[in-house]
Amino acid sequence: MTVAATTHRLHLKTNRTVDLTVDGQHVRVPEGSTIMKACQEVGIGTPTLCYEQTLTPVNACRVCVVEMEGSRALVPACARKVEPDMVIWTDSERVRHSRKLVLELLASSVDLSYAPDEVQGYLDHYDARPERFGPPDTSDGAVHRDHTQAGHHIPTTNGYAATVAQPPKIDNELYIRDYSRCILCYKCVEACGVDAQNTFAIAVAGRGFDAHISTEFAAPLPDSACVYCGNCIAVCPTGALIFKSEYDMRQAETWDEERQTETDTICPYCGVGCTLRLHVQDNRIVKVTSPMDHDVTNGNLCIKGRFGWQFVQNRARDTGVEESVGTS
Amino acid sequence: MDLRLIQNATPSAEERDAVDSLLGAPQTDWRGTPHEAPADAYFGAAGHESRGHRHLLLPALHAVRDATGFISPGGLNYICQSLDVPPADAYGVATFYALFQMAPVPPMIAHVCDDIACRMSGAREVFAELESRIGPAGKATPDGRATWHRSPCLGLCECAPAVLLQRAGTNQTDEVIAPADASAVLTRLTGDARKVEPNPQELNGSLHAPQTLDPECAKGLRLLKRAGRVDPESIDAYRASGGYEALRRAFDLGPDGVIREVLDSRLQGRGGAAFPTGRKLQDVARAPARPHYLICNADESEPGTFKDRILMENDPFALVEAMTIAGYAAGCEQGYIYLRGEYPLALARVRHAIDAARRRNFLGADIMGEGYHFDIDVRRGAGAYICGEETALFNSIEGFRGEPRNKPPFPTMVGLFGKPTMVNNVETLMNLPEILIQGGPAFASVGTEQSTGTKLFCVSGCVERPGVYELPFGVTLREVLDLAGGVRDGRPLQALLLGGAAGSFVTTEDLDVELTFEGTRAIGAALGSAVIMPFDDTIDMADIVLRIAAFFRDESCGQCVPCRVGTVRQEEALRRLSAGVPLGSVDQELALISELELVMRDASICGLGHTASIAVQSAISKLHLFDSKRAQ
Ligand SMILES: Cc1cc2nc3c(=O)[nH]c(=O)nc-3n(C[C@H](O)[C@H](O)[C@H](O)COP(=O)(O)O)c2cc1C
Ligand code: SF4
Ligand code: SF4
Ligand code: SF4
Ligand code: FES
Ligand code: FES
Repeated sequence: MTVAATTHRLHLKTNRTVDLTVDGQHVRVPEGSTIMKACQEVGIGTPTLCYEQTLTPVNACRVCVVEMEGSRALVPACARKVEPDMVIWTDSERVRHSRKLVLELLASSVDLSYAPDEVQGYLDHYDARPERFGPPDTSDGAVHRDHTQAGHHIPTTNGYAATVAQPPKIDNELYIRDYSRCILCYKCVEACGVDAQNTFAIAVAGRGFDAHISTEFAAPLPDSACVYCGNCIAVCPTGALIFKSEYDMRQAETWDEERQTETDTICPYCGVGCTLRLHVQDNRIVKVTSPMDHDVTNGNLCIKGRFGWQFVQNRARDTGVEESVGTS
Repeated sequence: MDLRLIQNATPSAEERDAVDSLLGAPQTDWRGTPHEAPADAYFGAAGHESRGHRHLLLPALHAVRDATGFISPGGLNYICQSLDVPPADAYGVATFYALFQMAPVPPMIAHVCDDIACRMSGAREVFAELESRIGPAGKATPDGRATWHRSPCLGLCECAPAVLLQRAGTNQTDEVIAPADASAVLTRLTGDARKVEPNPQELNGSLHAPQTLDPECAKGLRLLKRAGRVDPESIDAYRASGGYEALRRAFDLGPDGVIREVLDSRLQGRGGAAFPTGRKLQDVARAPARPHYLICNADESEPGTFKDRILMENDPFALVEAMTIAGYAAGCEQGYIYLRGEYPLALARVRHAIDAARRRNFLGADIMGEGYHFDIDVRRGAGAYICGEETALFNSIEGFRGEPRNKPPFPTMVGLFGKPTMVNNVETLMNLPEILIQGGPAFASVGTEQSTGTKLFCVSGCVERPGVYELPFGVTLREVLDLAGGVRDGRPLQALLLGGAAGSFVTTEDLDVELTFEGTRAIGAALGSAVIMPFDDTIDMADIVLRIAAFFRDESCGQCVPCRVGTVRQEEALRRLSAGVPLGSVDQELALISELELVMRDASICGLGHTASIAVQSAISKLHLFDSKRAQ
């Protein structure tokens, strides 16, 4: 991981190109490109879950796998670098099978109901039927997932399919961690660690199906090293990490993305000049992000930019002035 | 990065001593003294120097566990402070390993093997007795001093059923009881440990390698030539039996000469993948990046495998010499032995051999006056089969979770600490001295054209004389079985497991297969770690297959979806089948299992996922498991 992290960051500046074939089409891309990049060149999309342009690829989800001639196993398009004369197939029987199964395995064990439409699109496209593995076991296990012992499990014999179901962790006013929605993509860990925040408040703990994201000894966030930058929230692909504001509205069934607008502004707090994207519903800010492709932030913010907007609404309420948005 | 420690968690004196005795006394005040800093403080921790010591995380976790039995928040704090590792990160590492507990536990834990060989040899009786006398797994004895757990294969299958006693406290060492009967285990758990007789496992190495008992048989042995004959704790005895002649020869040949001999020997790796060792040596030797590292993979955790343990217990100096030869050829100054945490005797003997070799200038600076510098560090595993996968092993040594890395890049170019690394199995390395003494071509004259030399076979299960057997490649399955006295009690043979849990089941029809890499491949099986485990007609094969499925679920690192969830779904489907309550029809379940097999084989990151369904598939196709239920 560490080594991969550093080499990935040396963006290889080279004029050399590599020629390869993707689904029968010839492609030429710069040396050091990924197979996924080569696919893009010829307009072939790749489903991804654990890939994020701003993070070191962990290639753990395997939904992006493609067939590479000469390789016994499929290879992850998001991370595998192109090599001269590679012959890649992105829609072969084997590829479709693996993508479908990966999606079924995830959807049968994780609550994907807050995942973006894109993910539902993948499930439909590959005709994923997670119910094939039996009805989901949503009971709280005998041992909470935070306290399992590596190398031991209690097998389910009741015909249900094991899931990661567990109650959400609500331990602070800013954001909620609902790990029953976690696909273990490692993105939050990377964002909190070497790839952005360098705080290392969370890590993957446990092993196998019991692996999970955790603070030390599963301590509540306020007791952990977390500085509430929210950079983990920004990269979470399934809504396992969400703003408290969003969580509360979803609970009250008032969350409605159709009614939301996005307004970009600059953070008023310091001289860095991060772009804030305000997500507004019914004239109230419901969450704040920053564009992933923004060269100042790469999608990252600090606690002030991410969460320090309550005053906008509070002031409005206190003064009775009509609510304003994006003032700075 | 500022380190933020766990609040209100101070290390105990024992924990501090344990860490200090590993890392040396603290350099600065703040590490050694209980800190007065406010609970909420961020420490500007020990800085660059300690950050370079992250590879000591696993040994530090062992030190704390050995002292107190578990990793407390205070103990973890002290480790994190000393090594400048964030607590969440260290917690993630500690919880990866089965032998580390994160909450208080009794100072003695009996890990009772629940794996295939032991199940067939009395483990059930031990469980029944423990359950009735102490209570279910995890329950403490009334005095709170001991408890017991079920364990995957402990690598003692030839003396099944096996138990590992993991102890905590000063001057406590782990101990193995094998073969174990319930009363011996209970005496240790509930009685006065000092009164207990030493167990037979430690008495006589030759017990586990039956060929060594017969002088005729013993003559042909290469790898086992010293087992039971030469004192494994005496470097003089080792030298008197030809030890260090091969290293002398290596110095005479020079690194290129050594590589040439190994290439000529056509030696292939014994760790499962059968990769040509000479080519690996050559690749590492030629790699421009420096330094180069050598790793001996002694994590042996494949169920049914115990050959490396027997080599290390009986001929530890030969391993040290072999590593020195490999290190010399590949241009390494530092070697590591990554030794399975469940092997206390092998650990003690290997450590002793390294110390003795160092004292005699067979390790360290200017070895044998030849100007070559090389040393070996022993790293103890902590209960994770996956750490035997070479790239997971790198991460484990480096102080990260034992998650495999993607390949490419390959270890010969980017391995341990990102440097070119030679990783070899214990048995592979142990062939090197013989190759140098005899010469590569002579070595290659034994065995078959494609599989040269001799091979250690791990024979256990329903067999008359279980143990490790050394035979030239090309011997048939039937011949090995006959040599081991045939099926136990003369019962009919039902099936055999070949190659371990990652291997496959074969039937009586396959008994004449030549045991070579190519011969086993030809019948759709693999030699793997050379496990040969016969099952007699009384064994419930569904139970065995379920155990294998559960093993893979427990041992998956959890990194990639096909294996993390696939192994769970595979076990669930098999349980439904064996309980006779399939989802839909039996055929639908069998189809689902083969779909899972395909995604695990095609889309997993590493060999664990790739092989997690092989045994299951072979049981379905060759043993027609679950067919009878279909007929009902
Ligand atoms: C899940 C898994 C576990 C493994 N365990 C071991 C092991 O315990 N010992 C070993 O020598 N090789 C093991 N291997 C194989 C190693 O990755 C590697 O191929 C081997 O150590 C190379 O040594 P060799 O060339 O001498 O065979 C394992 C592989 C996998 C995928
Ligand atoms: S909010 Fe920031 S500091 Fe806290 S866990 Fe997420 S990324 Fe880490
Ligand atoms: S919480 Fe979200 S970002 Fe973190 S691993 Fe889970 S799904 Fe990925
Ligand atoms: S195949 Fe299994 S053990 Fe290997 S990386 Fe994937 S989850 Fe881990
Ligand atoms: S997107 Fe490539 S492995 Fe997850
Ligand atoms: S020691 Fe029990 S099966 Fe190997």
